[in-house]
Amino acid sequence: MINHHHLILRVVTKLLVGAIILFAFYVQFHGDFSPGGGFQAGVLMAAAFIIYGLVFGLDKTQEVLPPWVVHKLSALGVLIYSGTGVWSMMLGYPFLDYGAFDPGHPSHGQHTGILAVEAGVGLTVAAVMVTIYYGFGARYPHISDEDW
Amino acid sequence: MIETLVNITLFLMLVATAIAISQMHRLFAVVMLSGVFSLLTALLFVALDAVDVAFTEAAVGAGISTVLMLGTIALTARTVKPSTRPQTIPLIVVFVTGAALIYGTMDMPNFGDPLAPAQVHVRPEYIERSVEQIDVPNIVTAILASYRGFDTMGETAVVFTAGIGVLALLSGLGRRRRKAPPRGPQEPKA
Amino acid sequence: MIWDVEFILGHMNYWLFIVLMMVGFYIVVAKGNLLKKIVGLNIFQVAVFMLYISVGKITGGTAPIFPADLTGHIEYDPSILYSNPLPHVLILTAIVVGVATTSLGLALIVRIREGFDSIEEDELVEIERAMMIADNAEHGSSMGGRA
Repeated sequence: MINHHHLILRVVTKLLVGAIILFAFYVQFHGDFSPGGGFQAGVLMAAAFIIYGLVFGLDKTQEVLPPWVVHKLSALGVLIYSGTGVWSMMLGYPFLDYGAFDPGHPSHGQHTGILAVEAGVGLTVAAVMVTIYYGFGARYPHISDEDW
Repeated sequence: MIETLVNITLFLMLVATAIAISQMHRLFAVVMLSGVFSLLTALLFVALDAVDVAFTEAAVGAGISTVLMLGTIALTARTVKPSTRPQTIPLIVVFVTGAALIYGTMDMPNFGDPLAPAQVHVRPEYIERSVEQIDVPNIVTAILASYRGFDTMGETAVVFTAGIGVLALLSGLGRRRRKAPPRGPQEPKA
Repeated sequence: MIWDVEFILGHMNYWLFIVLMMVGFYIVVAKGNLLKKIVGLNIFQVAVFMLYISVGKITGGTAPIFPADLTGHIEYDPSILYSNPLPHVLILTAIVVGVATTSLGLALIVRIREGFDSIEEDELVEIERAMMIADNAEHGSSMGGRA
């Protein structure tokens, strides 16, 4: 399936994947100040792996990011989110009340909480999107490449 | 005035794309047009001040879901079988429903009205209080992660559940992976 | 009811979103191909998103992001009119959940194609009927002929 005659695609993809991942991190951590946040960053991060998989094949992608890692990460994201809530409960505040993380300066606590929660969202969304792509990509295709 | 014109133009392009999708028989064209549809949607969201939503729609709709639909075509079929059923009853149902919905909009406040009920209740509180309470420039992030944190936690759980569902449907038990020799269509299981 | 230009322009958005929704609805109801039905559902979904975002828009308003100076300090300036951020939050999460559920639907289509070698609704109904008749022929007598 992977031939060597998609030279331009392969070179451009190699250049782009790093840039896309960097942009995903920017969107993740700059989401407080500009459009963006965990949902968008997760999708962008997944897009980087999906473009790599489309051009270089699923096997190469799964060497970088094995399916079992992705499955664990998608659960870890939800755990980080709810863990933030449990943590604020253990500090004696209501569930998901980020004021708990810096009682002297509640808005700083809010920043910490938002950062943690957005990290959880981004992780889950990215991992689930990659999981779904792996699921579709691992199937034997009904239409061969020449039919398109 | 310019804003309204831009809105209506983009909206008409969206409707034209949707009608084109409904008439296509090649699934590849359908999927590509649905990508175009998503990009137009993102443009319209920018025109309606929803930049975060536009960002999400551009990344999700035009990126991921197009790839997934192409993958589905590769695993299923490329063309639509022309329908043999009569189309009158669906058309009647659609027109009646549409007429009822349009009748329902007659009482709605004008588009963009600052005094509409949706604008006067919680919006000012979110906007005024978030400066001192959350101190984050992007109000959407503040509401998403802090004021409505429970909501977002539920949404994350839904995304996770959908991922598990796809995993259970498509990669279950290691059957019919790419490594397996190609086989013909399976017999229907009773 | 006043049928002036202001009323028509003010409601044009709502009417167009209803037309969009009905096109999606028509695809779902009238077309037999399962993948096309999913695309139709997506169009329907986008129409609902449009309604929410349209309700949140204020004429002359801007995107709900406070201008921050270089140190990240922000201040509330009552002279700037911001559109309603609440619908944006609801729809943002709905889009991501939408693509996750769409992919679940696509996965079901792939499994249906593998099981029955068709993704056309009428063919699937035919196959189901044939299977039911075969089942009845095999097991019908043991269930008193009423199966």
